[in-house]
Amino acid sequence: MSDIELKVKELQNKALNAISSADNLENLNDVRVSFLGKKGSLTAVLKSMKSVDPEDRPKVGKWVNSAREAIEAQMEIKKKRLDAERLDRRLAAEEIDVTLPAKMKFIGHRHPNTIALDEVERIFVGMGYEVIEGPEIEYDDYNFTKLNIPANHPAKDEQDTFYINKEILLRTQTSPVQARVMEKGKLPIRMISPGRVFRSDEVDATHSPSFHQIEGLVIDENITFADLKGTLDVFAKELFGPETKTKFRPHHFPFTEPSAEVDVSCFKCGGTGCRFCKGSGWIEILGCGMVHPHVLEMCGIDSEEYTGFAFGVGLERIALLKYEIDDMRLLYENDVRFLNQFT
Amino acid sequence: MNTSLSWIKRYVPDLDVTAQEYADAMTLSGTKVENFEELDKNLDKIVVGEVLSCEDHPNSDHLHVCMVNVGAGDPLQIVCGAPNVAAGQKVPVVLEGGSVAGSRDGDKSENGIKIKAGKLRGIESQGMICSIEELGSTHEMYPEAPENGIYVFPEDAEVGADAIELLGLHDSVIEYEITSNRVDCYSVIGIAREAAATFGKKFHMPEIKVTGNGEKASDYISVEVIDKDLCPRFTARVVKNVKIGPSPKWMQRCLASNGIRPINNVVDITNYVMEEYGQPMHSYDYDMIAGHKIIVKRANDGDVFTTLDGQERHLDHDIIMINDAEKAVGIGGIMGGENSMITDDVTTVLFEAANFNGTNIRLSSKRIGFQTDASQKFDKGLDPNTAELAINRACELMEEFGAGEVVGGIVDVYDEVRLPKEVPFEPEKINSLLGTSFTEEEMIGYFEAVDLRYDAEKRVVIVPTWRQDVLRTCDLAEEVARFYGYDKIPTTLPSGSATAGKLQFDMMILSIARDIAEDCGFSQGYCYSFESRKVFDKLRLDSDDDLRNAIEIMNPLGEDFSIMRTTSLNGILTSLATNYKRRNKDVCLYEQGNVYIPKALPLTELPDERMCMTLGMYGKGDFFEMKGVVELLLRKFGMKSKAAYKTDCKKNYFHPGRQAQIEYEGVRIGEIGEVHPLVCQNYGIGDRTYIAVLDMPSVLPFATFNRKFVGIAKFPAVTRDISMLVPKSVTAAQIEAALEAKGGKMLESYNLFDMYEGPGILPGYKSIAYSLVFRHPDKTLEEAEIVFFMNNILGGLNELGIELRK
Repeated sequence: MSDIELKVKELQNKALNAISSADNLENLNDVRVSFLGKKGSLTAVLKSMKSVDPEDRPKVGKWVNSAREAIEAQMEIKKKRLDAERLDRRLAAEEIDVTLPAKMKFIGHRHPNTIALDEVERIFVGMGYEVIEGPEIEYDDYNFTKLNIPANHPAKDEQDTFYINKEILLRTQTSPVQARVMEKGKLPIRMISPGRVFRSDEVDATHSPSFHQIEGLVIDENITFADLKGTLDVFAKELFGPETKTKFRPHHFPFTEPSAEVDVSCFKCGGTGCRFCKGSGWIEILGCGMVHPHVLEMCGIDSEEYTGFAFGVGLERIALLKYEIDDMRLLYENDVRFLNQFT
Repeated sequence: MNTSLSWIKRYVPDLDVTAQEYADAMTLSGTKVENFEELDKNLDKIVVGEVLSCEDHPNSDHLHVCMVNVGAGDPLQIVCGAPNVAAGQKVPVVLEGGSVAGSRDGDKSENGIKIKAGKLRGIESQGMICSIEELGSTHEMYPEAPENGIYVFPEDAEVGADAIELLGLHDSVIEYEITSNRVDCYSVIGIAREAAATFGKKFHMPEIKVTGNGEKASDYISVEVIDKDLCPRFTARVVKNVKIGPSPKWMQRCLASNGIRPINNVVDITNYVMEEYGQPMHSYDYDMIAGHKIIVKRANDGDVFTTLDGQERHLDHDIIMINDAEKAVGIGGIMGGENSMITDDVTTVLFEAANFNGTNIRLSSKRIGFQTDASQKFDKGLDPNTAELAINRACELMEEFGAGEVVGGIVDVYDEVRLPKEVPFEPEKINSLLGTSFTEEEMIGYFEAVDLRYDAEKRVVIVPTWRQDVLRTCDLAEEVARFYGYDKIPTTLPSGSATAGKLQFDMMILSIARDIAEDCGFSQGYCYSFESRKVFDKLRLDSDDDLRNAIEIMNPLGEDFSIMRTTSLNGILTSLATNYKRRNKDVCLYEQGNVYIPKALPLTELPDERMCMTLGMYGKGDFFEMKGVVELLLRKFGMKSKAAYKTDCKKNYFHPGRQAQIEYEGVRIGEIGEVHPLVCQNYGIGDRTYIAVLDMPSVLPFATFNRKFVGIAKFPAVTRDISMLVPKSVTAAQIEAALEAKGGKMLESYNLFDMYEGPGILPGYKSIAYSLVFRHPDKTLEEAEIVFFMNNILGGLNELGIELRK
């Protein structure tokens, strides 16, 4: 074995030793520079090639290259290990207490009335109903006469109406929108009409001079009382849960006949009776009925050909029930400590 | 309307149900039971006892020691504190382990009071002798009971018998909600008819026996009705040799269960008939009727009349009066007069059962400001055919009770006789309205249960005159449905053509506005639509400001709710103030609600209802944060142009130097500003407050859901920052207008990134820095092009007196 070959071997061994003892990436780099760099000791062997017998030169070249390959391979292995160790150290140092408080973007909250309305609209729009609004200041004619409540009808007194003048008033119900939509004459009709209504009630825990109703109206050929029952049953189950039952009780509204009031099984106790439903197991939520033929006729619809049903729900009533709000005044105070509960 | 269950059973004797069963079934057939009270709920082990002996208690100055025979076993020793207890009395005795309803003060206890044997001041007491109050009733309802002390039965009461039975307290009082269409159900008979049909039992209408002596009522009294529009029927009968005394116990019990205090036989009979038939009656002292003549006519405006409660009533031309030959003796349908009222000395009574125009009674009693039991029956609009039944029933009872000698005949002024109506029977229509398949026989069965007779020949249903609510097929359908049971009618969903469910465009835009406002930290409030005129001063509006032209409510709930709002500012400020007073920090609220702008005042047509999206905040945040929310809203509404902020129209409610009208493509769409400190002070808000209002009807024409993709730029942008010395009077809007005018198409965007004034800057100037981004869609811009654009821009800025900072 020639001196050169020995020297290369020796350099290779030295380099491999140095690699194995390098304990960080900087040391490893130093090793590379000192052996393989431009001025490195293995590079120096190649540079000294001039003094080698030309016949031996290929051999020398081969020795040096194989040493270089061995060193580089070892270096790569070592580098990967050191990289991994460095990452482990970093990750270990970066441990955080994940139970520290979150940083939250502050967002506002929707009023419970609107949450309830969105829900009701979702249900009915899904069943093919159009949402249509009407004026809050309304003609007496639409609010009463066209709904089969003529002048001096006792029902007019019952509703404690705010008047602007003899002909114009603050609507006491969303039902006038029924008449407005029917008058347009586009059939069939499937609509709901949410909106603000007014009655002359003093403000207290269960009354407000302004509140909201949602009116529903369906007019088509062959609409039946059974359809009304089925529709409101679906509505109640969607709104209050699939276990909800409905109970229809006969009632009287001037603009529907037959008419009914609807109770739903108490969604707190399931109908066994609790404080919430005052022990009855039922909660009254809406009024409804088959549109009175006289109302259809007054709006220019042929009552022989078309029938329909209508219903009206109190929005606040739903909101108060669903969210267990015990005082209606809270809905109009807009205290953020109240509103922020409705996320 | 109340009835006792036992009163109903007088007409439906086969009815055998508990109060709960009755309430449930009646509610489901349409006579809604609001509530019921079982009178014997807490009354247990109470029998009739005979006081054998009564001696003073040795250790008390008011207690007595009684030996009481209760029928079974040895006599009981009972200590009793009542002042009226005495040997020989028959009294209600609560046995050991029994219970009473309440204390002797009449305070009822929810679960009753248990009676146990024990010692009272050293003396053994094995029960309790009780008062009517302890049994849950009152002296008023049991006039024979003493005002203070134990109840005493008549001598013939059987010892050991059920005392509660004897007192008629095994009964329930039912409270109904009667709907306005069922005038007939404001009577016990009407409800009993419904009950019979509901439970499938036979209904027994009282059979009135013909009464009267050989004389004729028309020889005693004549009746003339002048204003027949207000009094369609007037009947009169006479009873002579009247003996005033108590009415029988059964009648007293019936009245008491309806909350009517028994008084004497004549008054009780008229009250009883009023409840039984729903027909109010009036009784006059015949001898006080001048000329023995009744004239029914309108009052004169300004007349004054003293009703039998001693009150003076001021009358007008639309009030119907009952007069005798000389004077008024009663307000028709409302109350009789003091001058002809029945006293204990009466010998001849004139009974009246009349029919009055319901609407007129309702309006009259409203105008006079006073309602009576009678007016509340009349104002529903009664069936004139009932009047005759009622007056005959009253006379029959007078005779039966031996309360007087009934004069034969009746004086009856009744021109337009109301006849039963005929409603065509269309069974297929009933089935198609209900979604059912009843046979004709089934339907007819339901009709006849409530005396709606079927005439097979004419194929009509004959509707008796008391049923004013049955006019057409749909009304007959209701009769079928409610007696079959609403709950048994099938449930289906509407068939027929499909319709597209949808929200209107404006609702979708408002929904987006809610999402954005909430994402920006604003919570939704709801405000009232009406407010006080005072808010205009609170908002510092000029005396001629258009916003002061508000719609007034004729009959408001007080001044605070007297006008329809013309601005949403007061609502949001009031809500912010509520939060501020409650020490809630950094509050951001929004509201979506209408303002009401009259087209002319007084109102002749419906006003313009304008939806406002109103944002308000105090605490952290400033004008530009509020402006940011506005811009975000407009962007999400699909409005891509740049909104302009105009300061030429100053509002007094905003800070004079921090307010703007928001314009979009030349149209005013809203306003924004810091609230004027004096306005904040008026509302009691101690922080700087910012408000923005978007007038949605102005916004909506610009809003759109159309979105169009523009290719993503392929070539790099070039950014140039410029730092400028700007005269203080020059606005950002002017600078940006110059940038846009001079920057050309290649100026993709610009962004203000620094603004400063103060030390180091020339007085009268401010330092503003913009970052400008240039880009060409089809190539990389070259330096020479950028220099050209920048020179153009700098030229434009120079015209505004702006120089680049050195």
